Amino acid sequence: MSIKSKAALSRKVFSNPHWDFDSIQLADEITHYYGKEYLKLDVYPNQIEVVTSEQMLDAYSLVGLPTSYPHWKFGKDFVMNQNSYRKGQMGLSYEMVINSNPCISYNMENNSTCLMLLVIAHACQGHNAFFKGNYMFRDWTMADAILDYMVFARDYVLKCEEEFGYEEVEATLDACHALMNLGVDKYKKPEERSVKEENERLRKLVEFKRETYNELWKTIPSDTSSKLEENGKGVEMEENILYYIEKNAPRLPVWKRELIRIVRKVSQYFYPQSQTKVMNEGFATFTHYHLVNKLHEEGFLEEGFMLEFLHHHSSVVFQPPYSSKYFNGLNPYTLGFNIFMDLKRICEHPTAEDREWFPSMAGKDWLEQFHFAMENFRDDSFLLQYLSPKVMRDMKLFAIRDDEKEKHYEISAIHNERGYKKLREYLSSQYSRSNYVPDIQVEKGDIHESNVLKLIYNPINNYQLNDKEAEETLDYVRYLWGFPVHLYRKNKLGVNQLLKKSY
Amino acid sequence: MGKIIDRRKNSKGKSTSNRHRFLRRVEDQIKKALPDLISQEKITDATGGGSVRVPIKKISEPSFRHDGRTGDKTTVRPGNDRFNEGDKIPKPPGGEGQGSGQGKGSNDPTVTEDGFTVIISRDEFLHYFFEDLELPNLLKKYMEQTEATKLKRAGYSKDGSPSKLAIKTSYQQSMARQIAIRGVLNKKKKEKEEALEKEKNEEKRQLLLEEIKQLELQLKNIPFFDHIDLRYKNHEPYPQPITSAVMFCIMDVSASMGEHEKDIAKRFFTLLYLFLTKQYKKIEIVFIRHHTVAKEVDEEEFFNSRESGGTIVAPSLKLMNEIIDERYSSSEWNIYCCQASDGDAWSERDAVECRNMIKETLLPKIQYMAYLEINNSEYSSYLWQNYKAINDEQGFSIRKIYQVSEIWPVFKGLFRKRTAEKV
Repeated sequence: MSIKSKAALSRKVFSNPHWDFDSIQLADEITHYYGKEYLKLDVYPNQIEVVTSEQMLDAYSLVGLPTSYPHWKFGKDFVMNQNSYRKGQMGLSYEMVINSNPCISYNMENNSTCLMLLVIAHACQGHNAFFKGNYMFRDWTMADAILDYMVFARDYVLKCEEEFGYEEVEATLDACHALMNLGVDKYKKPEERSVKEENERLRKLVEFKRETYNELWKTIPSDTSSKLEENGKGVEMEENILYYIEKNAPRLPVWKRELIRIVRKVSQYFYPQSQTKVMNEGFATFTHYHLVNKLHEEGFLEEGFMLEFLHHHSSVVFQPPYSSKYFNGLNPYTLGFNIFMDLKRICEHPTAEDREWFPSMAGKDWLEQFHFAMENFRDDSFLLQYLSPKVMRDMKLFAIRDDEKEKHYEISAIHNERGYKKLREYLSSQYSRSNYVPDIQVEKGDIHESNVLKLIYNPINNYQLNDKEAEETLDYVRYLWGFPVHLYRKNKLGVNQLLKKSY
Repeated sequence: MGKIIDRRKNSKGKSTSNRHRFLRRVEDQIKKALPDLISQEKITDATGGGSVRVPIKKISEPSFRHDGRTGDKTTVRPGNDRFNEGDKIPKPPGGEGQGSGQGKGSNDPTVTEDGFTVIISRDEFLHYFFEDLELPNLLKKYMEQTEATKLKRAGYSKDGSPSKLAIKTSYQQSMARQIAIRGVLNKKKKEKEEALEKEKNEEKRQLLLEEIKQLELQLKNIPFFDHIDLRYKNHEPYPQPITSAVMFCIMDVSASMGEHEKDIAKRFFTLLYLFLTKQYKKIEIVFIRHHTVAKEVDEEEFFNSRESGGTIVAPSLKLMNEIIDERYSSSEWNIYCCQASDGDAWSERDAVECRNMIKETLLPKIQYMAYLEINNSEYSSYLWQNYKAINDEQGFSIRKIYQVSEIWPVFKGLFRKRTAEKV
């Protein structure tokens, strides 16, 4: 049966405000069809689960994973969410979607039929395609393995609790959680060479030296630079503190190393999500907007449905201005949606301005550009690349500078000719990870020489560390490392100044 | 095509074990909050259903973080309606706090300082309550146990195991059915026979005769027992019959009893109440307060009102005796009494009168009486001296107490003999 023949049925089903499993099935079918035909989306198979509000609360506290290792932190989140939900301070979202294969999505049972369709188009097509296509997720997460890995993690932690007592396990996990943000790889580590490859490399090196041998080199006097080089060797840095501790802590039992590894893996799994909030939501919103409109065009949906849909859609992309009491920062849905919409416009109807700003995009196939943007960027690079003057004008963006030394805030750029480039840079750096996770790295040293772990804080924007928390966190590092830990702050001259010690 | 799963029927308790881990983490805080909670609650509430709200402070989860008040940063905001590049806006006085944050939301360190409430179930509450009193595990289990049930006959059911077959009732059913069916068939047969008499046509007569024969056969073959006749004895669980108990709480409310003394008394009464509820299905509590006169009051008044002036104890015991005679005959009721006082008695004569009263009038009627002196002085009161003389007589014990932590040891001491018998 061709998909078109379902239009009449679909009009009927989606006019009924009460959903049933047939309507969910149909929603999945038609969004999947047009997602593929119209938007060329490549998705993981979907697993759509209908849940109650209590189950949604459970899902919240496990950050969406169906299983997680046991820890009080999740219980605390659950209790807090439950409290604010009961008091009516917090609403629950319509859906939650997991980057896994199959792609699991939780849909709230009290969604209307319209919301169900919207949510299925948004999450099961939009987010799903983003998880599968975006390079951050492809590089850093294993959608096929995460569910099994979490089952392993849970069982491992439970086994450790049984074997070594919950106090030790809890203390170790607490310490790991304190360093969770500093437990991710941001760049792929080169694969270690095998013995064979290493021999081959050495052989080639000797060969090369032999071939390029020249007596003349001997006449050059050897200078002190080789010494400098040797000194330089000592300051190799490692950005993944948890990784470094796991591999190098002098006296850590194997099971604790495995616990560190588990937290590290989970942190790495979530790393892309924090880096692609604007893009991911923007992409999914763009997707549901286009899919539902397409379905309406093709006669699958009634006008009444569209009214309800537009109401939901516009509340999703509502952006209160800075002066509103509802203002709570930039709405990532709005920002992302606007940029993707403008990308499409630039491709289809470029103006002179667009030709100047986006010469490689203006007049090109929008679908191709749309996929390229989705696949190859993360928030900061995406904003730097695609935030167009029109979006800045439409959203009336402006930048405000707050220097702790000054008595005034200063407007450093607004949405005008002079400000566009600056705004773009500011916004990009605002979404850059270094803005909210301090850059603290391990200075790799010879641990046989001294057991002290040296952490170097390299501040941006003259930020200070939150003093009290830094001290507590340092104690956690000390607990894991097992020996003294020193925290240095790199000053403007590049000299490390001792900030704190934990003995 | 996707898979669609209805998860709503799955259990919702996915977070239960993490919640327990969290409660364990804040155990100290919960225990600290218990005294307040106990003094706010009614004694009879302690075993009731529902939940208990415990206010606690959040526990922080530190990490390396930027201090939002420091640094030189630029933030982009939407909805510009008045600014131009280079405009300067004075910062609000007194530090601008978290002004330029970018929606740090729940990660905002300032949020974690607030307290919030944890809702614990009644069972959890009792758990902490007993733990606070350091109840030995064996007894704790005994007291937290749910009540025993017995099966009781409750009519008949249409299915059950063959061993429960009720033969007499089944036979009655069978008779009724046989009579009913026989009646219908006989009526049909009679109609046919009448028709047969009138009928002349030989062929039709033959047909009717055939039908009558058929009916006769049916009448003969009515089954004696059909499966619809069978009835089984039905049993339903019901709480084990336990005789009722009454608990007298007698407290001195004269000026010398402060909040601390009352708190201890209340905890002690609560514990006794819990203890008794585990053994008796129905418990009544009688509150008697006394200063110079004794009066029966409700719980609210018992704990909350304060009197001034001196203390005479004997009238309260007399009042108790009257109430027993009037409402709780000792053949039907198990009577327990707990008297709490700071030991202050008006005169030695009063104390002597009390002693005699207990020994001669009360003890023969009641199961057990405990006297609790909430007092940390070395000095022995009149009451204490006199009671001491009859201490350890059948069903009477006295103890001194001053700290909350002593409640359980004292309680255990008072009930040692009885619990040893039961456990």
